Amino acid sequence: MSDPRADLYQEVILEHNKKPRNFKKLEGATHQAEGYNPLCGDHLTVFLKVNPQRVIEDVAFQGSGCAISKASASMMTVALKGKTVQEAEELFEQFHKLVKGDLDPEKEPNKLGRLSIFSQIWHFPARVKCASLSWHAAHGAINKQQSVSTE
Amino acid sequence: MKTASNTFNVTEIRKDFPILSTRVHGKPLVYLDNAATTLKPKSVIDRIRRYYEKECSNVHRGVHYLSELATKHFEATRGKVKEFINASRTEEIIFTRGTTESINIVAQSYGRKFLRKGDDILISAMEHHSNIVPWQMLCEEKGCVLKVIPINDDGELIWPEFEKLLTPKVKFVSIVYISNSLGTVNPVKKIIAAAHRLKIPVLVDGAQAVNHRAIDVQDLDCDFFAFSGHKLFGPTGVGVLYGKFDLLNSLPPVQGGGDMIASVTFEKTTYNVLPHRLEAGTPHIAGVIGLGAAIDYLNTIGMDAIEKHESELLAYGTKTLKAIPKLRLIGTAKEKAAILAFVLPNIHPHDMGTLVDQDGIAIRTGHHCTMPLMLRFNVPATSRASLSFYNTKKELDELAASIKRAQEIFS
Repeated sequence: MSDPRADLYQEVILEHNKKPRNFKKLEGATHQAEGYNPLCGDHLTVFLKVNPQRVIEDVAFQGSGCAISKASASMMTVALKGKTVQEAEELFEQFHKLVKGDLDPEKEPNKLGRLSIFSQIWHFPARVKCASLSWHAAHGAINKQQSVSTE
Repeated sequence: MKTASNTFNVTEIRKDFPILSTRVHGKPLVYLDNAATTLKPKSVIDRIRRYYEKECSNVHRGVHYLSELATKHFEATRGKVKEFINASRTEEIIFTRGTTESINIVAQSYGRKFLRKGDDILISAMEHHSNIVPWQMLCEEKGCVLKVIPINDDGELIWPEFEKLLTPKVKFVSIVYISNSLGTVNPVKKIIAAAHRLKIPVLVDGAQAVNHRAIDVQDLDCDFFAFSGHKLFGPTGVGVLYGKFDLLNSLPPVQGGGDMIASVTFEKTTYNVLPHRLEAGTPHIAGVIGLGAAIDYLNTIGMDAIEKHESELLAYGTKTLKAIPKLRLIGTAKEKAAILAFVLPNIHPHDMGTLVDQDGIAIRTGHHCTMPLMLRFNVPATSRASLSFYNTKKELDELAASIKRAQEIFS
């Protein structure tokens, strides 16, 4: 019925691509990591400010990439702000399953909220890495990796 | 021999390629990714099948019927390649896995034997990674220095800069004939003549040239010429290294094994003669025979007819894409082959690739294995439509319409 393009490039994604949230270098970041997809040239850096109670007080990203990677990074920063590191890691796991098509957000319990918009991306195997790039970078930052590559 | 028919009929030609009747996402396939690989005519597919069904055996080994048959067809292809690129002897044709392996053989064999610490190796700013990395590896090993001929904003070599770089310190030039990312046709004949005045040998990376125009290695006077079968409508996994006989004959083998020896004892091995000396192990027999069928097929059409049709497509495609607001072509050289790379300000090439794919259109998006070139043009990636003789103006119209639909989505 519908054009699969519309499924992938939903209004929310296009809007986040055009006006990415928290798109800046974060002063006073406690953690940061680069995400790089050499296949398509997507390249971004994720910054986190984690307080002693292990709560992510602030999160931001910078870099260049396709609409999917930029929108995903933007939505991730919104989702992670205020979460504990442990909650963030759980969300990372769920998001990772979602984009690989291993989690149906309508049937299985999850905390993805608006992030479930990426549920259709596994129909586009070449694009899964675009959606997960910023998450890999955030996960790497939390785990003290300086750069991650998704190729 | 070029025995081309005098009429070029694209509708008839398209029937020779079974995959062109495929539908992608419910739409007829529009295949515009020919610089990545070309499609295969039925005659090539049938020929490979025939080898496996009726001729399967190893070459240069058996005295039995099948082995002799396979050897005959395998070696016949060497003759076809010789004619196709106008080499002077069949021994100058070495079968490899592809362009990449051909270049690596020269770097590892010629490079290790003849290049010394402090020698310059000259390449251009538009090389594919396969004509950069083998030389970097050699530079690291031998202490040579890689020098790069710069290009202008149209994607053309800057000749005065080339002349400045071409000093007696240069001991090897390796240059792409047609750029896979830009479509630029380099003046390789002129480059070779200039290098030869200083007695510098030249390798031509012909991966993107063989399928677009007739090649005459004697006229070019290149010392080495490398290309891949799969970009010449043949199978993947087979390629060619051409070298002038005396040069090839001076090369030590880079791989040892079967076929490349004359005699082996545990004390001493003597090597076989050309071309076998540089072809260790069982080759890709089906691939080579398939490549022969591809050359036969091309000879029925004629490379000149192909070049003519493609230059009409290029002119039409350039005009059509330029008419799209805000579209910027990357690669606007005066001498160009039918490759159209482009970027749009608000649509990342990766998104473009996904969007046009939904219309059944196959283009390549990314850095095209030319990352330094992307830096040169200050883009992370481009979208690239690369054409072949079975493409049509209608397909270019469909590409343009699909790009416009992508623009609407991203507006």
